Amino acid sequence: MRRTALSEEILLTVEKPARYIGNEVNSVLKDKTQVDIRFAMCFPDVYEIGMSHLGIQILYSMFNTFDDVWCERVYSPWTDLHAIMKEKNIPLFALESQDPILDFDFLGITLQYEMCYTNVLQILDLSHIPLYAADRNEAHPIVIGGGPCTYNPEPLADFFDLFYIGEGETAYRKLLDLYKECKRKGFGRQEFLRRASHINGIYVPSLYTVEYDDEGLIRAFTPVYDDVPSVIHKEIEMNVSDTYYPLNPVVPFIKVTQDRVVLEIQRGCIRGCRFCQAGMLYRPVRERDVNLLKSYAREMLDNTGYEEISLSSLSSSDYTHLEELINFLVDYAKEKKLNISLPSLRIDAFSLDVMSKIQDVRKSSLTFAPEAGSQRLRNVINKGLTEEVILEGARQAFLGGWTRVKLYFMLGLPTETEDDCRGIAELSNEIARLYYELIPKSERKGRVQIVASTSFFVPKPFTPFQWAKMCKKNDFLKKAHFVNECMHEQLNSKSIKYNYHEADVSILEGVFARGDRRLSAVIVKAYENGCLFDSWTETFREEPWIRAFDECGISMDFYTARERSLDEILPWDMIDIGVSKDFLKREWDKAINETVTPNCRISCSGCGARIFGGGVCYES
Amino acid sequence: MKVRIRFKKEGVMKYIGHLDVMRYFQKLLRRSDIPIAYSQGLSPHQIMSFAMPLSTGLESDGEYVDIEITQRVTSLEAVRRMNANNVEGIEILSFKELPDGAKNAMASISAADYEVSFRDGYRPAFSCIDILRKMYDEDCINVVKKTRKSESVVDIKPGIYEIEGDDDKIHFCLSCGSVLNIKPELVIEAAFNREGEDLPEYALSIRRNEIYTDIDGKRVSLDMIGTDII
Repeated sequence: MRRTALSEEILLTVEKPARYIGNEVNSVLKDKTQVDIRFAMCFPDVYEIGMSHLGIQILYSMFNTFDDVWCERVYSPWTDLHAIMKEKNIPLFALESQDPILDFDFLGITLQYEMCYTNVLQILDLSHIPLYAADRNEAHPIVIGGGPCTYNPEPLADFFDLFYIGEGETAYRKLLDLYKECKRKGFGRQEFLRRASHINGIYVPSLYTVEYDDEGLIRAFTPVYDDVPSVIHKEIEMNVSDTYYPLNPVVPFIKVTQDRVVLEIQRGCIRGCRFCQAGMLYRPVRERDVNLLKSYAREMLDNTGYEEISLSSLSSSDYTHLEELINFLVDYAKEKKLNISLPSLRIDAFSLDVMSKIQDVRKSSLTFAPEAGSQRLRNVINKGLTEEVILEGARQAFLGGWTRVKLYFMLGLPTETEDDCRGIAELSNEIARLYYELIPKSERKGRVQIVASTSFFVPKPFTPFQWAKMCKKNDFLKKAHFVNECMHEQLNSKSIKYNYHEADVSILEGVFARGDRRLSAVIVKAYENGCLFDSWTETFREEPWIRAFDECGISMDFYTARERSLDEILPWDMIDIGVSKDFLKREWDKAINETVTPNCRISCSGCGARIFGGGVCYES
Repeated sequence: MKVRIRFKKEGVMKYIGHLDVMRYFQKLLRRSDIPIAYSQGLSPHQIMSFAMPLSTGLESDGEYVDIEITQRVTSLEAVRRMNANNVEGIEILSFKELPDGAKNAMASISAADYEVSFRDGYRPAFSCIDILRKMYDEDCINVVKKTRKSESVVDIKPGIYEIEGDDDKIHFCLSCGSVLNIKPELVIEAAFNREGEDLPEYALSIRRNEIYTDIDGKRVSLDMIGTDII
């Protein structure tokens, strides 16, 4: 019978023991004596979040198709178990074998958001792996990072042996073969890392030195050896219809955040919103074959027993065969008694028709993401959505019976003025006004409900705003309060609910998004000060973070509240995502001039992603 | 056609709570292509009802769930398909057609068998079985029953049908259902209280062996109500 790393008593003491026992449907068991490489794949957050991530499922299934590899999963123990493991010195284990992480060859950690960085240290700490890569020896697993945050891996540079930059489907096999070769030849850890740095997409931070000038700016970023490349090119899967896909995804026992079959319909986005990092990182757009997706849907539903399916992509409305795919799913769902959860689609006749077929119109809501309150600012951020389009979508929806509208905006965008902020309230009001104008009193069932939410803008690497100054905490809050006041001044204010959140997490996110290697020390201090699960409102505490920065003598403002000059060496300049820095500069310039750039299907703007030889760049 | 499924739940599956077991079965039935019936309406759900929730931490050889199917499938085939799609720790033991008019499992339960042992390090200094036997010889066994909201004194004697075994393994047959529901830990706790001790948390390892219904004053296993589909 299955062994558990944790005792019965511990499992019955902690919240949701199912997080820690493995044994799920489609989890993979292998004989550890029959494989050459044991890979622990970690999402550094609680099980329910980690299990919802498609990327991990893709890599998990890919690794386990390799006969010589056994890939297992590991997630962050929640705070209750964390305390027990620290107290009793219990080593962190992988779910499938329940074996300690120390027994593994690799520990792969996906970095999906900046606020998981103390959780990364928790994983290392509980695994009994030294936090600093420099302190590790042959007994320790190779710690490898992947995911969107590795496009600026520098704040974590000291903790990782290597980073995999780009999409995971392509270069892992090469890396694993190199590892086996090095083991066979008796080469040590250092030799492996040195050789790994020659593989495209692999960045070994210890093989580079950084020099800073008197102002703390980077003066030079240099490989330690001549054979170590000075530029790391991202890996990309150009044939998304003929690659790994998890047709047997692991099915959790407990309800997780994304508890359904997920179909990734395309990768990348044609839109080029200037605040959006994913839109630049994953260029060019590559669509999956629609017939392939249909067969994936059937197979995955059969293999999991899930009763729900959803689509995933950055902008599903831009998928060429969306109507065909959704019509297929709607029919199939009816036959098989399935639910479809739609991604946020552009509101038009088609999406409203589909929505009315699969959900209760009175209970569901429409979602618009204008991101900015005025057309001027929407031009700055290159968000194509116009007020006419929003109002036309809302008009059709109100006539179709919808009464709830959600609106998403950002505050603190470059060049933002009070007028732009007021625009958020005015647009919300305008939509409410439209409802009352359109729907006669006798047909109304109560008020229209407009929920407007704002988040705070965080400039990200590899976007045209990577040089931009970020607002300070008080500026953010002032803006939110101002929007709130404007909301109250609106005629229809009673129909509008306005949400905003605290700004402290956004500031930290801003620091780490564009941070450099010197921040590693701060993250260690913060972890020592008790910071963990910083992306959770219930566990986030700002004070220990502030203390950590003070103790390290590092200013947060240096990373956030400073406009960078175009010739400054940025911490992530050694990475090449295909989209050129020249393009980003042009876009930054156009942003300031409030000029819109057309999307990739209207015309090519020469971003550089053509170099990959496929995708939207080569559609006729 | 109404069907009763008997299953085993053991090993690490004891950490999966009742609601998640229900969710597990919904997916298991789909994976196994069992022609389960759905309710009508805007959001159809599988017609399925469990006899009696099993608390997290307990194992069982006798769990029951009633379902409705729309097409005939043989018991052999259904059990085979479901077990091929099962995880370790859940095993389908039978899949039987219920006669017309049979009460559903939840409505008909009357008693359950339990097997209780002490986890390592939790065995008391006194002989628990001796105390239990003595208790059982008395006219009434009053215990304080605590719920989330209130405390009340209840005589559990009428709900204890059998106490057997020795200090390594104690067998109980206890009343369950809506009238008088007695958990084995309540009986053991009463024995501990007699000795002036509290029953520590996690002291007991409990396995449910069977659930019964009452037919003409006799206890009959829920499994005996249905017949194999051939």
